[in-house]
Amino acid sequence: MAFKLTEEFKARAEKVCAKYPRRDAALIPLLQELQAEAGYVAEEGMDELAAFLGLPYARVKAVVTFYTMFNREPLGKYHLQVCRNISCHMAGAPGLLNRLREKLGIEEGETTRDGMFTLSAVECLGACGAAPVMQVNEEYFEKLDEAKLDALLEDLRHGRRVAGR
Amino acid sequence: MDNILLKDKVCDLPGYFAAGGYKPLKKALGLKPADIIEEVKKSGLRGRGGAGFPTGLKWSFIPKDAKGPRYLVCNADEGEPGTFKDRELILKNPHALIEGMAIAAYAIGAETGYIYIRGEFAAEGALLEREIFSARAKGFIGANILGSGFNFELHVHRGAGAYICGEETALLDSLEGFKGQPRLKPPFPAVKGLFASPTVINNVETLAAVPAIIAGGGEWYAAIGTPKSTGTKLFCVSGPVNKPGVYELPLGVTFRDLLEQSCGGLKEGKRLKAVIPGGSSTPVLTAEEAWAVKLDYEALATAGSMLGSGGVIVIDEGQCMVKLLQVLARFYHHESCGQCTPCREGCGWIEKILNRLECGRGTRKDIDTLVSIAEGMTGRTICPLADAMAMPVISFVKKFRAEFEAHAAGKYCPPDAPVKR
Repeated sequence: MAFKLTEEFKARAEKVCAKYPRRDAALIPLLQELQAEAGYVAEEGMDELAAFLGLPYARVKAVVTFYTMFNREPLGKYHLQVCRNISCHMAGAPGLLNRLREKLGIEEGETTRDGMFTLSAVECLGACGAAPVMQVNEEYFEKLDEAKLDALLEDLRHGRRVAGR
Repeated sequence: MDNILLKDKVCDLPGYFAAGGYKPLKKALGLKPADIIEEVKKSGLRGRGGAGFPTGLKWSFIPKDAKGPRYLVCNADEGEPGTFKDRELILKNPHALIEGMAIAAYAIGAETGYIYIRGEFAAEGALLEREIFSARAKGFIGANILGSGFNFELHVHRGAGAYICGEETALLDSLEGFKGQPRLKPPFPAVKGLFASPTVINNVETLAAVPAIIAGGGEWYAAIGTPKSTGTKLFCVSGPVNKPGVYELPLGVTFRDLLEQSCGGLKEGKRLKAVIPGGSSTPVLTAEEAWAVKLDYEALATAGSMLGSGGVIVIDEGQCMVKLLQVLARFYHHESCGQCTPCREGCGWIEKILNRLECGRGTRKDIDTLVSIAEGMTGRTICPLADAMAMPVISFVKKFRAEFEAHAAGKYCPPDAPVKR
C-alpha cells in the first residue's frame, strides 16, 4: 500500500507551518517528524511531504541528502554515534570505536544482524569538556571509557533503560 | 567578580525571576529602541560566536525606514570543535537568552524570533520550548509584552546536522528550509536576511549578556575585561586537564590562570605541547606562546591567533600534531558545503595528503603542497570555512614542521585503527 501522510500528521504539520511566514520553511522540522515516527525518511515520505508543502521532489531530496541527521534507510534500535573530532580523539575515541567494531562485529555505517545497533563515527557533538562522548539515539553519554561502554552495551542489549549524561 | 551568565544554580523561571530576572526587560520596554542600541554600543559587547563583531553596531545596521517584518535569530548551532558553552548556558540559564532576545527584538523592531539550535541538542531544544512556554505564560513573550504594546513571538528551530549552518547566512537558508549554503554578501542580513527581510543574527552567549547590560548599564559592563575586549567570556576547556569544562571569566584573563586556577592544571604527568585557543579553526599556539598569552580579542590577534568561540583545546606532548591535523582535515572536508571550488577541492586534497603523511607514504614536497593549497584557499570563497581549514594547516606546519618532516621521512606514528576506504 502506498505511503500516505495521516490526517493526524497533517494537522500537526499545519501547526509547524504556522511558525513561519512561508510554508516551505517547515520542511526540515517536518522531515524530522517523519523520521521520528519511522526511524528514517523513506522515498514515499519525501514524495508525500513535497506534495503537502507544494514543493518539487528534488528540493526535498536535496535537503534530506545534505543534512547528516536524516537517515534514508532504517537503522538499528540503538544508533551509536561516536564523536571522533579533536577533543574526543585525544580522550580515546579511536579506542572506543575499535572496541565497538570488535564487540558488535560491524564497521561504521553498518547495523548488527539482530537489528539492535548501528555504528557511526560522527563529528563534534559539542560536548568536548566531557570527552569522549557518544550519542545513543538522541541521548548523550559522556566521559566514556571501555568499562562504561561495555556496561552500557549490556544494558541496552537487555533492554534496561539507561539515562545519558 | 560574580558571574553574569553562568550562575551556580540551574535557573528555571521562578529562580531567574527571584534573582531580578525580567526586570531589565521591563526597563528596556520603557526606553526608546535607539537608546538600547546606544547602551549596548557603550558596553562594548562583541559577538561571542567567533567573529567578535560589535553587537550594538550590528543592531544599528537594520535600516530605520524598512517596511515589513524584521527578524531576530539566535545562532545556537554550536558545532565548532572544542566549543560547548552555548549548550551549558542553555541548560543552566535559559531565561538569560530568552530575555536577551526579547530586549534585542524590541531594540531592532522585530516581532518574530527564532532560536536555531543544532539538531543533536534535542534535550536542550525541548528545554527551551518549555521555558519559552513558561515565559509566555508570564507575559514576557507573546502579544503586548508587560502591557507595553510590543509583540514578540519566539520559536525554536532544530537543525539537522551540518556544521556550515553555524555560518549566519547558511543558517538563514537552512531556517528557510533549504540546504545550508552560505549566501553572497552583500546584501547583508541586516538589509536582506531571513525571508528577504532585515535580520539580526546573534550567538547565544551574546544575547544572554544583554539583560545584564541593560540592568547595570553599558559603562558598568565595559569596565569588566580590557578596554577593547569588554565583559566576561565563557571559555570551554577540553583536553588533558584536571577539570575540563566551561568557565566564565573576564576577557583578558591569562591562559595560565585559566589552566592552573580554573581547570586545576594539566593531568598528572602531562606536559603542555600546544593550545588551540578559540575553537578548531583558530591558529594553534605553541606551549611557549600559550603560557604568555592573555585571552582577549586583541592579545590573541597579536599572538597570531584568534579568540574565536572561546573553545580552548589543550594539547599535551603525547599527541601527534600530524594526526590531530588529519582529524581536523577530515572534519572540514566532510563539512564543506561544496559550492566554492577552493574549499570543496582544497579540503579534500588536504585530507588526502595528510592521510598519506600520517601513514608514512608522504614526501617532503607534500608538506609544502599542504601550505600552498591552504594559502590558495584563504579568502577566495563565499564564507570562511576555507579559511577555517587553512588556518590550522598553515599554523600546524609552521610551528610543528619537524613532526611533519619526521612523517615524510618514514618515522610515522602507528595509525590508531586500520584505515578502511
